[in-house]
Amino acid sequence: MIRCVTLQPIAMSQKGRKQFALDWVTIALYAVMVLFGWLNIYGATYSIDQEFIISFDKESGRQLIWMGMSVLLGCIVLLIDSKFYDLFSYVIYGAIILLLIATIFIAEDVKGSRSWISLGPLSLQPAEFAKTATILALAKYMGRYGYKPSKLSDFIVPICLILLPVGCIILQKETGSALVFFSLFLMLYREGLNPIILLLAVAAVVFFILTIRFGETPLLIGSGSLGIILCCALLLLIALYYLYVQEHKKKESAYVAGAAVVCYTVSLILCKWITVNLQWVSIGMVVACSLYLGYLSLSERRLRWVYLLLFQLFSLGFCFSCNYIFQDVLQKHQTTRIKVFLGMENNLSGEGYNVNQSKIAIGSGGFWGKGFLNGTQTKLKYVPEQHTDFIFCTVGEEWGFIGSLCVLLIYWYFLLRMIKLAERQRNSFNRIFGYGVVSIFFFHLVINIGMVIGLMPVIGIPLPFFSYGGSSLLGFTLLLFIFLRLDAERLEKIKQI
Amino acid sequence: MINDRFYKRRYVLTAVITVVVVVYLVRLFSMQLLDDKYKDAADSNAFFHKTVYPPRGLIYDRNGELLVFNSPSYDIMVIQREMATNHFDTLDFCEHLHIDREEFNQRMEDMRNRRGYSRRTPQIFMSQLNSKDVADVREVIHKYPGVSIQNRTLRGYSYPYACHVLGSVGEVSQRDLERDSYYSMGDYSGRDGIEYTYEADLRGEKGVEVLLRDARGRIKGSYENGVYDKVATAGKDITLTLDINLQIVAERLLNGKIGSAVAIEPHSGEILALASNPGWDPSLLVGRQRSSNYSALSKDVNKPLMNRATQATYPPGSTFKTVQALVCLERGGITPHSCFACSGPGSKPIKCTHHHGSPVDLLNAIEQSCNPYFWQAFRNTLERDGYGSGNADFIRNYKLWREDVMSFGLGAKYDDSDLYSQKPGSIPTDKFYERYYGKTGWRALTIRSLSIGQGEILTTPLQMANMMAAIANEGYYITPHLNKADSMLARRHETSVSPKHFSVVKEGMCRVFEYGTGRWHKIDGVEMGGKTGTAQNPHGEDHSLFIGFAPKENPQIVVAVVVENAGFGATWAAPIASLMIEQYLFGEIKRSQVYDKMCNTSTNSNVAKRP
Repeated sequence: MIRCVTLQPIAMSQKGRKQFALDWVTIALYAVMVLFGWLNIYGATYSIDQEFIISFDKESGRQLIWMGMSVLLGCIVLLIDSKFYDLFSYVIYGAIILLLIATIFIAEDVKGSRSWISLGPLSLQPAEFAKTATILALAKYMGRYGYKPSKLSDFIVPICLILLPVGCIILQKETGSALVFFSLFLMLYREGLNPIILLLAVAAVVFFILTIRFGETPLLIGSGSLGIILCCALLLLIALYYLYVQEHKKKESAYVAGAAVVCYTVSLILCKWITVNLQWVSIGMVVACSLYLGYLSLSERRLRWVYLLLFQLFSLGFCFSCNYIFQDVLQKHQTTRIKVFLGMENNLSGEGYNVNQSKIAIGSGGFWGKGFLNGTQTKLKYVPEQHTDFIFCTVGEEWGFIGSLCVLLIYWYFLLRMIKLAERQRNSFNRIFGYGVVSIFFFHLVINIGMVIGLMPVIGIPLPFFSYGGSSLLGFTLLLFIFLRLDAERLEKIKQI
Repeated sequence: MINDRFYKRRYVLTAVITVVVVVYLVRLFSMQLLDDKYKDAADSNAFFHKTVYPPRGLIYDRNGELLVFNSPSYDIMVIQREMATNHFDTLDFCEHLHIDREEFNQRMEDMRNRRGYSRRTPQIFMSQLNSKDVADVREVIHKYPGVSIQNRTLRGYSYPYACHVLGSVGEVSQRDLERDSYYSMGDYSGRDGIEYTYEADLRGEKGVEVLLRDARGRIKGSYENGVYDKVATAGKDITLTLDINLQIVAERLLNGKIGSAVAIEPHSGEILALASNPGWDPSLLVGRQRSSNYSALSKDVNKPLMNRATQATYPPGSTFKTVQALVCLERGGITPHSCFACSGPGSKPIKCTHHHGSPVDLLNAIEQSCNPYFWQAFRNTLERDGYGSGNADFIRNYKLWREDVMSFGLGAKYDDSDLYSQKPGSIPTDKFYERYYGKTGWRALTIRSLSIGQGEILTTPLQMANMMAAIANEGYYITPHLNKADSMLARRHETSVSPKHFSVVKEGMCRVFEYGTGRWHKIDGVEMGGKTGTAQNPHGEDHSLFIGFAPKENPQIVVAVVVENAGFGATWAAPIASLMIEQYLFGEIKRSQVYDKMCNTSTNSNVAKRP
């Protein structure tokens, strides 16, 4: 309260109607990030033979306009009554979905994607604003009285709310932006989603990577796909873990382990004379293990083992469909990006060029960096998309490890601050919205920085507040400031309660 | 909030965020601080180290006449990696270079197969083009990523003479690359002659310009305003001891003949002319036609690439009698007044080829080139102490004789000279004869051919000229050399014959021009000395030899001339030497009829006459 008085005397003067407590720490972080981001955009688009000028013909100049518009947008958001977001969340969501669908048809084709709507001189990407709308709708639905995560409809509806914009955006051929929405599962988790769902997702990713990465690795002995063999081994280990650690079934787990060891040993010995297909041996063992689990569940009348059985069988099926998904569902450039990420393709002048050059840029920065406007990789245009998705290269090259450390720590503090703000909300709507904000920013951070340092496959999404681009800056500003607006009125809610 | 069952899950999310941030920081730490490969890669991306080639030193003759200069040439360089990653319009490129697609592919193929090839660095695609060839490409070079034009220089020659002395410049060999880290693939260096000997002075020092290069291979200017550049240092100029006019006269006189001529300024050891025929026009071994011309020259049966003045060895024949006389005087085998009988062609064991009175003293013997005189003088010298037990005294005296002869610079290379290639020639050792005849099986009679410069004795024309210089200097010679700047260095070699003996031999040599074999070739108003030689050899007709000096007092020039398989020394070598002396002493040749006749007579139908 004291802080409110010192910082917001005007708001206080309108006392009685509203208590206004804006979180200035977050705003300061926002300002620091946007300004530092602009410096890096300036650096990334600076050409070596140019004087220090700010021109609106260049990205750095245009970004200044976008920054001005963002400040304006932030102010407008703060002026609007917080009840507006609550009341109109479904309307906003519906409108955005319609806009997304319309975009598919009216947008011009830009490098294969149909996601940009041009409004006179400006172009906007509705997908950037769909995040905010989706979070609003989710907050509204999940924040209502009587929401129970264990109830099937309360599980299904939020997922549908997420999948609807995802579908539209995929149709716009903006897969990266679509993937962002899956980060909202983190928020769902905080709100009571069964963690098994997230674990299953993690398992799916692991199986996918194993199958693809080791799909064509030649075996020393025997035949079959090493990827599938590894997946089967993993499945057997999961079953063993479950039997032994969770269920304390010493005898049964010993059977499974013993059978697996004997089976593998025998097949390896047989390999001396004939070529044994180890892939089918492994699959056989997993199926046998499933049957054994089925027998156990029948004999002991325990349903949970059926889940494990189903998990094993579905996982097997998933492993077999991985190659199909990889080859036929994913697009060519996505397939190659994943191959580059998994180190299966090393063509540095072709598909691997971007990531290689971005790693070179960052790695060559050293401890102190090469200094503002002194980066050679970025100045000489070795890194493609260096002012948008690969903006972190400029940070790494010109500001070095110190600069990268600062940026990551600022993000880290920013995200923890968001969690803290979310947790101090007194109603579910605000908190859910807050966690939505956390999830989105976190996902962008993980993917974008992970991509430029080679820890993630290339997925074209911007680094919030750093990457050049009006839609993304406005979208993130909108997201953040709505939450700040909601947070500013939490005291009012106390009164109401 | 009341009833928030999942409150604790905030910690899980906090932990996930923290773990990700820590993992990323560790990764950044290892990339930016632990691994140097990114830094190197960034540097090799951005910095283009452009070599700046210094102009090679010029070469002048002793009178400041420019002999060798530089003319501009251009190399087309390509970086294949950049050609491959960017749009490269090959057809258009070929059109501007005036080559067809096939040649383009062939050149790329050759380039890739070259040793030391790299995709990342500029490689020579076409070399040694002139400014007209590259004019078209230069205008549109920005359209072709990875292509650049490199300025080089080629050698140019003021005169089509002195090829053996000057040598040539060509691409460095693999051996040079391994031996000297200064060179890199495609550099030029002196391959032979002066260009080779003084390579370190002539080449100067390469400079480096550090340029910034963008992702499309375009040069974006110099890095940090050239702080890291290294300026090229121009090569040092060299002034030769050669007199180009004398050199031209010598080469013209040898036209149509196989042979060589050497002229030395005796008191300084400076080589005034070093001619060998057949030779070539030095501008043939320059630029793109160098390799084809070189292989043609190396296949020529007359071996034009061989510098006969320093690499061909001949028996010195009668010219050797001068040294023979000096050694015999020194060792007491004869005195200036000793007389020996000569029975003309009936003499034994060596017959005399000239008709003269008998007996003869030393002056007469030299003047008339009397073989029996020198045989007897030789025997007296070697056998002056008898044979001794087991031939020891004879062998000792033979060794002394050999040392005396070699003190005139015969039979060994001049290690302190800057001449590119020399053959040592040979003055046979006592061991050599022992192998054939045993320790006691040989006497003066056995090796009698040596007395008149025949047999196993072999010398190069350069050594003959130097021998002449030592006689003209009366007891010493300065190692013959080509760099004028080296003349001041004391490389004086004393002969083992004391100076008092020389005057009689020189007098005898002067009488050759008054009454002897050289009397038709005297230059009016010049007192000069010389000695003809006619060397028998197993390759056919006798070699025609001559050594001479002029003027008699304070000699300014000594000359040695060899014309292979031409006949008498007096017929071919002597007039050539005489004309060369005239040219040097007077700067012109008055006997133009003789000169023209000598220039236009051929002794060997296989040798192409030069225009």
